[in-house]
Amino acid sequence: MTLKYDPTLKYAETDEWARAEGDIVVVGISDYAQDALSDIVYVELPEVGDEVSAGDAVATVESVKAASDILTPVSGEIVEVNEALDDAPEVINEDPYGAWIFKVKASDLSELDKLMDAAAYEAFNATREH
Amino acid sequence: MRYIPHTEAERRSMMEVIGIQDIDELFADVPADVRYPQLDLPQPMTEMEVMRELDMMAAENANLREFASFLGAGAYNHFVPAIVDTVISRGEFYTAYTPYQPEISQGTLQAAFEYQSMVAALTGMEVVNASHYDGATAVAEAAIMAVNVLRHKRRTIVVSPSLHPQYRQVLRTYTQGMEMKIVGDELDGNDFHALIDLCDKDTALVIVQNPDFLGQLHTPQEMQDLADAVHAKGALLAVATDPIALGLLKPPGDYGADIVTAEGHVLGNSVSFGGPYLGIFAFRKKYVRKSSGRLVGETIDVDGKKGYVLTLSTREQHIRREKATSNICSNQALNALAAAAYLAAMGKHGLRKVAELSWHKAHYAAQQIAQLDGYEVVGDKPFFKEFVVKCPRPVAEINQYLLEEYGIIGGYDLSQEYPGLGDAMLLCVTEMNAREEIDDLVTALGEAAAPMIRLEVTL
Repeated sequence: MTLKYDPTLKYAETDEWARAEGDIVVVGISDYAQDALSDIVYVELPEVGDEVSAGDAVATVESVKAASDILTPVSGEIVEVNEALDDAPEVINEDPYGAWIFKVKASDLSELDKLMDAAAYEAFNATREH
Repeated sequence: MRYIPHTEAERRSMMEVIGIQDIDELFADVPADVRYPQLDLPQPMTEMEVMRELDMMAAENANLREFASFLGAGAYNHFVPAIVDTVISRGEFYTAYTPYQPEISQGTLQAAFEYQSMVAALTGMEVVNASHYDGATAVAEAAIMAVNVLRHKRRTIVVSPSLHPQYRQVLRTYTQGMEMKIVGDELDGNDFHALIDLCDKDTALVIVQNPDFLGQLHTPQEMQDLADAVHAKGALLAVATDPIALGLLKPPGDYGADIVTAEGHVLGNSVSFGGPYLGIFAFRKKYVRKSSGRLVGETIDVDGKKGYVLTLSTREQHIRREKATSNICSNQALNALAAAAYLAAMGKHGLRKVAELSWHKAHYAAQQIAQLDGYEVVGDKPFFKEFVVKCPRPVAEINQYLLEEYGIIGGYDLSQEYPGLGDAMLLCVTEMNAREEIDDLVTALGEAAAPMIRLEVTL
């Protein structure tokens, strides 16, 4: 199965994707990440109102194989979390680019510039060992 | 689990791979003069001689088979039925190893699952782990778990001064470097109200003991009120308890505890200096992902057959490494098995009987001692199997008299940890203490009240 890359998103080396909607940044994990984790059984969400800095581990995605920290690519305040994941964490496996995890009101949108575009992220993944 | 040593051929092939000729080359970095130090050891002995030597050393102890004991304070002399040792001595069970591989460990895993299930019923909690080292480390794990549950936003632990003093010490050493603040036990007199007043926006957990270290019982209503007040402050409540007492008393799960810990050795594990003991750790299901230690779960395999596995092990250090919920993932498998065998053998009614006998005998002893000149039973609260007695002389002197004149191991000397109580001892009475022993204790205490007159007898 080939992995999907959404060209409208930005990607971190730690496999989060991000999309800016005004000054709100929506964050999820890539198809590569959900595929590597396999069946996701639990997502620990951050709390709305949390002040976060770029690079902080703010959520955890737990699969039958591992539990991985999800880092926020931008600094700011958590303004919304995807509570639907509490009951249905598997939607991340089914639709990784639709199943967002949290939204950050970014204090500095230029932090997004440090992320890769889809083509660069795809090339980056090609260099990684499976 | 099997242990198969390497063969000479295997050793040789490994040495070839790493390019050495001799095993000694592995120790080349150790300075030659300390590599094989001269050990000043006695001459070797035959097995017979070793047995005799060890018997003689053991005979220097006052042991619980030959001496009447009224010493408790965290380690309790309860009866262990013979079936417990029979079960745990089976070769299939007799290992300290954790069952990482479900495919070869179904029996061990099932035993752990049954231990967890019975302790869950006993404590009134939803989840029980496969055990911690002892009651003290279980308390420390409760603190770590509460801080994790509250996402490290709260880091203060409020502990009751009537939580076992050694548990409080272990809590402090165990959590060093975790940036926790531990308060509440500065004053011996800090009661529940004082503890609640100490709770603030940084309080993650309140830890109390019931029955407490001094034997006193807090009623379910007092405990529920405490739980409600602690929860209203946004913190969790941990209750350290005595599993034997739960044969008779309402379980902490019924009065709002979020975490329940206990020293579990009383369930089928004998009293021994330094353990191994058994850390009971139970909690609410909603905190399961922040819990420490192993959890054994029941599941169904591809053929629909029942099987047992380690559940939620992604929390643990062999997978999550430094981000594990706890870096203690070992458990006391054999001790937990003994507890399971004990609980199964005693049953609900048997455990209740043990608790009732302990309660009645302790109250008989307290009643008799209260009538002695110079002694006073302290405290206005109900108690279970332990109570504090104010003594007319230093406890060490009284205990020496009891031991030398009556072969009685006296109570725990509280003067170090609770100096405010003066010359006070914590006495413990269990189902193991015969009526005659209690009467002897009362007589001996009465005699010991007067300063000893030492008679020099010249033969």
